[in-house]
Amino acid sequence: MNDKSAHQELLHSIKRMGWVLMIFAVCGTLLVSLSHLFTHERIAENAQAALLNKLNRLLPDTLYDNDLLHDTVLIQDQNRLGSSEPLVAYRARKQGQPMAIAFMPIAPDGYSGSIRLLVAIRYDGTLLGVRVISHQETPGLGDAIEERRSDWIYSFNQRHLDNPTPARWKVKRDGGVFDQFTGATVTPRAVVRAVYNSLQFYKENQQHLFTPPPPPVIKDAR
Amino acid sequence: MQEYIRILYDGLWKNNAGFVQLLGLCPLLAVTGTVVNGLGLGLATTLILLSSNGLVSIFRHLIPAEIRLPVFVLIIASSVTAVELMMKAFYYDLYLVLGIFIPLIVTNCAIIGRAEAFAVKNPLDKSLLDALSMGLGFTVALMALGGLRELLGYGTLFAQADLMFGEAATGLTLIVFEDYRGLLLAILPPGAFIGLGILIALKNWVDLKAKRTKTALSTQNVDFASPVKSSS
Repeated sequence: MNDKSAHQELLHSIKRMGWVLMIFAVCGTLLVSLSHLFTHERIAENAQAALLNKLNRLLPDTLYDNDLLHDTVLIQDQNRLGSSEPLVAYRARKQGQPMAIAFMPIAPDGYSGSIRLLVAIRYDGTLLGVRVISHQETPGLGDAIEERRSDWIYSFNQRHLDNPTPARWKVKRDGGVFDQFTGATVTPRAVVRAVYNSLQFYKENQQHLFTPPPPPVIKDAR
Repeated sequence: MQEYIRILYDGLWKNNAGFVQLLGLCPLLAVTGTVVNGLGLGLATTLILLSSNGLVSIFRHLIPAEIRLPVFVLIIASSVTAVELMMKAFYYDLYLVLGIFIPLIVTNCAIIGRAEAFAVKNPLDKSLLDALSMGLGFTVALMALGGLRELLGYGTLFAQADLMFGEAATGLTLIVFEDYRGLLLAILPPGAFIGLGILIALKNWVDLKAKRTKTALSTQNVDFASPVKSSS
């Protein structure tokens, strides 16, 4: 008899706790979903603005007059771009004429993993510039590829496939023209190779990179 | 009043989350490459501590003791997520700097530790004060470690302060050693462990010294009373 009532008590308390836990779970979920509901539009806008800001560092807004973020094309080339996933390329046009293209290839052979770059190429195939988006290279050695750590990344400005000649598109240690860093050769080597590959990719695909028509958003605006 | 002072002293020094409780080791070691990083993680942690301690304290009478841990986890996880979303929406630039730290905060046992050890037993005002003092104590620990590593590793202090405070803060950066080659060890993860060890030793040394002065003072008082002591 006593056993039975103890048993019932236990069941009762388990039930009660289940309810309390459920109420907290529902409240927590509610809190998260409400904040998501009220913020997701703003967050998307912020992310777009930040992306545009990043692109504008390399593609000054005097260079184009189209809606850069929506005039995109998907590109895919594992050998040249370092990623098996399709990448988004942003196309800059002025009065309908193609001006430049920007995309984010990956240098797969960094010292510790992949290095993600942002490469902007003028329509004629010269580099507008290169930036490092993310990397895990050694702090203090390999991280000189970052714009805020050194000027090294600027050495790509105005380069193209024939400047320097293909044999010299290497770090100095390999007989090329690009500096390496004291204690870190692998990192700059990977970046130089990836930039060169991106230029190659551009040359091979220049014709159809700009041919898909601008998306309907632009057509509507016209 | 005494109680409040004790809470402050506990959080800032005696029970410092970084140096004594060693609760936030994962974020502590991961992001203290520079002072500014330390400050960023410290402020984000303080914010989360305030909200989680506050919520736990408010609901403390409704939480059955047997299931308090899952409830804490729910409260912390949902408030962290909400704070992250708000920050992304309204302080996007700050989010870009602190954003990587926020998921790390979930790995910080100090948060659930304070909920369990303090907030669940104390009224709202004390819990908030505890959150504030623990958070600030942790921030100080992070900045000290960040400062030590930045100074040895890069030869600067407050580098990249502009990321957090805007362009105006660019001038805050102190170049302590000109043409410094950098001590790589300090920046790498082992440097974080060694640096933390040094700082903990330093704190213990200060505590020990304070204790000795105290005992020395009290024995001296006794000495005054007894005329026995003579020079030998």
